[in-house]
Amino acid sequence: MEDNRLKVNIGSLELKNPVLTASGTFGYGTEYEDFLDLSALGGIVVKGTTGERREGNAYPRLAETPSGMINAVGLQNKGVEYFCKEIYPKIKDINPNVIVNVSGSSIEEYCKVASAINDLETIPAIELNISCPNVKKGGMGFGVDRQMAFEVVSEVRKIYKKHLIVKLTPNVTNIVEIAQSVEKAGANSLSLINTVLAMAVDSEKRKPLLSTITGGLSGPAIKPIALRCVWQVSHNVNIPVIGMGGIRNAADAIEFLLVGAKAVEIGTANFINPKISAEITEGLSDYLNRHGIEKITDIIGLI
Amino acid sequence: MKYLEIFTVESNIALNKTCFLLVLRSPVSLETVAAGQFVSIEVKGEDERILRRPISIHDVDKTNNLLYLVVQRIGKATNRLAEIKKNDEISLVFPLGNGFAIEGEKPLLIGGGVGTAPLYLLAKEFKSRGIVPDILIGARTNEQLFLTNRYSALGNLSISTEDGSVGERGLVTQNSVLKKDFDVIYSCGPTSMMRAVADLAKKRNIKCYLSLENRMACGIGACLCCVNENKEGHNVCVCTDGPVFLSDDIKL
Repeated sequence: MEDNRLKVNIGSLELKNPVLTASGTFGYGTEYEDFLDLSALGGIVVKGTTGERREGNAYPRLAETPSGMINAVGLQNKGVEYFCKEIYPKIKDINPNVIVNVSGSSIEEYCKVASAINDLETIPAIELNISCPNVKKGGMGFGVDRQMAFEVVSEVRKIYKKHLIVKLTPNVTNIVEIAQSVEKAGANSLSLINTVLAMAVDSEKRKPLLSTITGGLSGPAIKPIALRCVWQVSHNVNIPVIGMGGIRNAADAIEFLLVGAKAVEIGTANFINPKISAEITEGLSDYLNRHGIEKITDIIGLI
Repeated sequence: MKYLEIFTVESNIALNKTCFLLVLRSPVSLETVAAGQFVSIEVKGEDERILRRPISIHDVDKTNNLLYLVVQRIGKATNRLAEIKKNDEISLVFPLGNGFAIEGEKPLLIGGGVGTAPLYLLAKEFKSRGIVPDILIGARTNEQLFLTNRYSALGNLSISTEDGSVGERGLVTQNSVLKKDFDVIYSCGPTSMMRAVADLAKKRNIKCYLSLENRMACGIGACLCCVNENKEGHNVCVCTDGPVFLSDDIKL
């Protein structure tokens, strides 16, 4: 049931509620249709898409760590052409908005993907991923350098005419500087945080647990870092911020809204409870009821 | 159709030092459950370990909505799972993956360690079709075997142990049962064992199915963590493209 009190706007993006699913944790949405009504969600950010097909990194790509997991998938996907021809027709009529996560190793690759997605009628936005820690070239490389972040976002901005979200990495000394640089380059909103660069070791075998040695940590373990980043960034830019990192219930989502996020993305929790994103949406309505709050936007940025 | 449901524990019985048998009652029909599929279990009370555990389906009682799982204690989450008791509630996502294709007149089922578990339901399928399968179980020692009487009730059981404590001494690929004539082999167990089984099947030109158990986060094709390379060099998901693969279709 739709609750009008949960409506939020991320710039030009009108969301029926502030709960989106995070890229790489929700497939193309269809993988979850058996478990929940996709229309209960505020939005779906689909798997990272690159210029060409990528096989990703070698197995093992997953290590479980205290209250979290480290992945090293490495942007496995079939490329933007396949996405436009084979996947888009199957998901174009999904209500709510499907947002495409755009990834690459070079400015040219980001632009190629953004340009192709720009032509897809029912995709209202892209999330530009300048923060993937699992690829050798590009990815996070763009997101850790103020000048490079500015350049890639500026170039994509010239080509992409709709809502441009830029996804930031926490693996930097000063995330506010990067955020401001990306804002100046023309981003319409920011999403943060991507995974935290991490590592896991098997003491018995005396070997790393991932084929790539390092990977990206997600899950409840990173929530305090994510909250800090969202709080810092949202108070220092003039564009909306979408918060994510370790959210597993409505209370966690509320915390992100309180520190300044206009919406949230649910990631790792989708693996544990495939219904969680819909349940969090319901939990937000309950929260408003319990506290006698008129609408969800009333609590955004209270801290 | 996949489900997320709360099951009730009927019983939890220790089978040997590391394995235990969970019998779980489902609130919904298990009619669609097939041999070779798996479930993913949520482990409560272990805050450090948050991901579900993929567990193969050992047996199913469709009349009474009971699911049988053999679980091996290998870490914090499975140790926690070993402590659950009758009437406890447990969340399952199921049924996951593609099951075994049932084919052939002279099947050989080769299981290693806890990988023997899913072969039980497969053997049952063959028996219900009037085919008596050969079942070959491998273990390091007799202490690691479980439910062998249940397997011998369904087919001709052979056992290999590395220390010779029961059955023939040596690896499954050295067992004398392999002298017989087979038209299909199904195998689940340690990768090194399945690799040897696949080599043997290839040499003898016997069709061979392998069931993989790669580490996974979601079980439904979203996380892309459990991949295995196929013969074309593409990474495919063990959870949704498998867990059962023709040995010729994948690189192990």
